Amino acid sequence: MGRVHPWPKCLILAITIASACSFARALPQQAREERMIADGATGHAGGRLSVALRSEPKTLNPVLAVDEPSRDVIRCLTADLIHINRGSLKTEPSLAKSWSVSRDGRQYTLHLRHGLRFSDGEPFNADDVIFSFQVYLDEKINSSQRDLLVVGGKPIVVVKVDAYTVRFELAQPYAAAERLFDGVAILPRHLLESNYRGGSFSQAWSLSIPPNQFAGLGPFRLKEYVPGQRVVLERNPYYWKADTAGNQLPYLNEVVFLFVASEDAQVIRFQSGDTDVLSRFSAQNFAVLQKQQPEKRYHLDDLGPGLEYNFLFFNLNDLAPKGLPEIAKKQAWFQDLRFRQAVSAAIDRDGIVRLVYSGRATPIWDQVTPGNKLWLDDKIPHPTQSLEHARQLLQSAGFSWKSSTLVDPRGAPVEFSILTSSSNAQRLKIATIIQDDLSQLGMTVLVVPLEFHAMVDRLQNSYNYEAAMMGLVSGDADPTSEMNVWLSSGETHLWHPNQDKPATPWESEMDQLMQEQLITLDYAKRKRLYDRVQEIVAEDLPVICLVSPNILVGASNRVGNFRPGILVPYALWNVEQLYIQ
Amino acid sequence: MLPIRGCEQSDELTHRQKLAGALVLLTAVQILILFAGFFAPYNFAVQDRERPFAPPTSLHFKDARGNVHIRPFIYDLEGAGHSAGVSETDSEHPYPVHFFVRGTPYKIAAMFASRVHLFGVEAPGHIFLMGSDAYGRDQFSRFLFGGQISMLAGLIAAILSVSIGIIVGGIAGYYGGWVDELLMRGGELFLALPWLYLLFAVRAALPLHISQWEVFLLLVSVMGLIGWARPARLIRGVVLSAKQRNFVVAARGFGASDAYLLRRHVLPQTYGVLLTQMTLLIPQYVLAEVTLTFLGLGVGEPLPSWGSLLSSLQQYYVLSSYWWMFLPALLLIPLFLVFYTAADALQELHKSVTL
Repeated sequence: MGRVHPWPKCLILAITIASACSFARALPQQAREERMIADGATGHAGGRLSVALRSEPKTLNPVLAVDEPSRDVIRCLTADLIHINRGSLKTEPSLAKSWSVSRDGRQYTLHLRHGLRFSDGEPFNADDVIFSFQVYLDEKINSSQRDLLVVGGKPIVVVKVDAYTVRFELAQPYAAAERLFDGVAILPRHLLESNYRGGSFSQAWSLSIPPNQFAGLGPFRLKEYVPGQRVVLERNPYYWKADTAGNQLPYLNEVVFLFVASEDAQVIRFQSGDTDVLSRFSAQNFAVLQKQQPEKRYHLDDLGPGLEYNFLFFNLNDLAPKGLPEIAKKQAWFQDLRFRQAVSAAIDRDGIVRLVYSGRATPIWDQVTPGNKLWLDDKIPHPTQSLEHARQLLQSAGFSWKSSTLVDPRGAPVEFSILTSSSNAQRLKIATIIQDDLSQLGMTVLVVPLEFHAMVDRLQNSYNYEAAMMGLVSGDADPTSEMNVWLSSGETHLWHPNQDKPATPWESEMDQLMQEQLITLDYAKRKRLYDRVQEIVAEDLPVICLVSPNILVGASNRVGNFRPGILVPYALWNVEQLYIQ
Repeated sequence: MLPIRGCEQSDELTHRQKLAGALVLLTAVQILILFAGFFAPYNFAVQDRERPFAPPTSLHFKDARGNVHIRPFIYDLEGAGHSAGVSETDSEHPYPVHFFVRGTPYKIAAMFASRVHLFGVEAPGHIFLMGSDAYGRDQFSRFLFGGQISMLAGLIAAILSVSIGIIVGGIAGYYGGWVDELLMRGGELFLALPWLYLLFAVRAALPLHISQWEVFLLLVSVMGLIGWARPARLIRGVVLSAKQRNFVVAARGFGASDAYLLRRHVLPQTYGVLLTQMTLLIPQYVLAEVTLTFLGLGVGEPLPSWGSLLSSLQQYYVLSSYWWMFLPALLLIPLFLVFYTAADALQELHKSVTL
């Protein structure tokens, strides 16, 4: 007992020598490894970057992560097959060096890079891809990405062609198929398969795992997690991207995510130099940072409108099964297009931009923001606020005024409440402005701030609300990411979700348009279809679009290659290229 | 003996003076708040979207040419509307301040309608004595109107909790035994409950359509109901000692009933404590209202309360950029000090009377 057979020791020794050699002679090794060259200024290695997160990440498991802090960290640790470049908003090769599409648009063949290694040094090949998609598509795992990978009602079929070629078969042609792969992190089969087979996948890769049991294909790997304080990532020595000069990326030695609970605290930490990069903060704080810049240690960028749109909508659900007679009575107003038009006409969108966003936002009249240049329909009219027009519309719909109070044709005073999330100061302010605008029309509006989950429960389950204010941020510029919102059967079809069949002619037209654009491969044709969807939104006002806030970011002047984009994550999307000057 | 008595007398005198001074000040504040519509130049809900976060308007007596005017005048803000917190003034156009002007209609004590305001300036000009808030609403007017809600809330809630305190504390102290145990342990349980979370839950469960008055009443009753345990404890203590006094024992010996004893002999001894408690509780409840509104549980927009005026200070940009948003907080400090002075004087007086 206790005696070790001599040859494994030798083997270990041999491996150690070999890997030492591979470090010493990195160049010849690179020839076999098919690296991707990332363009951008050439930086230099070293340094650490500190970033604040609003809360602790819930998990490091890419399949299960839904909260933004988890995703922010996981993005630095993992890689996808095809990636959407946050600068150009177009797809680019990632772990797949190239791909081809069959003539019918239903088969995608992806060619993987050769010689890549996970951050623990284990090789990467098609088996990892097959395994990853098996996990994502497993109904028992219940990944939030699964919905995206189900095309035409059927899950994508993933076939291994050879060790470095994988074929994806779709049930129907899918316009934005390449974009599907963005954010689908490839998992290391050698580490997770036993968890998956053993049924413990949902517990795998919690935040407290030992760093050596975590591996990804991202620019960084896990180094340390200090509960309540920070997550520290270190550079992945096996990362597969290089700069134009041939230096291996990433440049940074470490990325530190600090947990800073509130936006204001984050702003203060950034201002004092504790963190290097700041995103997701208000226009007012932008102004504060701009004003109080003693030594110009940092710079601030206003990237213009992003993809977030804020809107007001009325409860158009079928309330008969829910038994809410009070709200059902008011639906007579909400369902009248002229009422919704009057509300839209009375809202001072410019005032909202000025008061709530200090001018750093854009008024909108449909769901596509000016930030989404590829899909914006510039023919949508932009009427300015007109109380006169609003009054005419209400009059034509049979409303009248009794001592400056608006009453409906039955003589009941027009009074309704607007739900907003109590944690969103901006939306609360917008609601207060709308309340004042509508009081000019003689409507009595109550603003009801609710805790976010309580609000969502009313919107999606009990339907016990009259009007509500929400904001949505598309994960991608492509309309496909909005399917859930505009299809009448969608869960996020907020004003009347999960319909069996469309309740109105315009919803049925919208359904057709959205389904058709999904399978149309020609951009110009798709654009025409989606333009029509925007027209319907602007004309029939299922949601009254209000403003799109600008994307604001800040970075310390020490950070080189900082090129923020309007897609999430706004600032750290090219973290592998960031360097400390 | 004599010198000590004299000292007590002069102490009593200063306490009386203190109390009188405090009461005069409090009455003045109450009048200012009750007639808010008259003293405030604007309605609390009127938004001037061109002037968010306008700094306080300064009153001038000397114009650009060096002429001195008896009637104060103001300059309007220049370049308003482009950015928040504009501070350049348009010194070309003076707006004299007029007194007893006609402006937006209002009601005093929800009954008497009027349009006359103490002061104001002509239409395109704006007078914001305490600056304007994020929506361009006059902070001064909002402070006065906000006082109506906050002071009323404090008063009603204090009366409510002291009344419950009298009943519970009186019974517990007078009867003692298991009744006392039950009521006092119940009171402790009340003190131990995490009320804030309970309130959040209550707000989420409430129907959406409750009017501002219902919210107000709810707020007041919640504050009053939570707060009875402390006054009840104090009153129990006083009753406990009062019921053993010789004259009470004697009255009982003559066959007085419990109700008679309580009403005639025991409870009157608690009045000093009660009055002091009330004066202490009112500012406490005003602060409680501030806290609840601060957390979004108070009366909703556009109704102002002192709590909602302070809640904007939660944000860093307000704290660091617009100093005038602190004014309501600064004004509340002396007000609360006056309340505490009154409470202090009352307590000292009560002590010297019972001695």
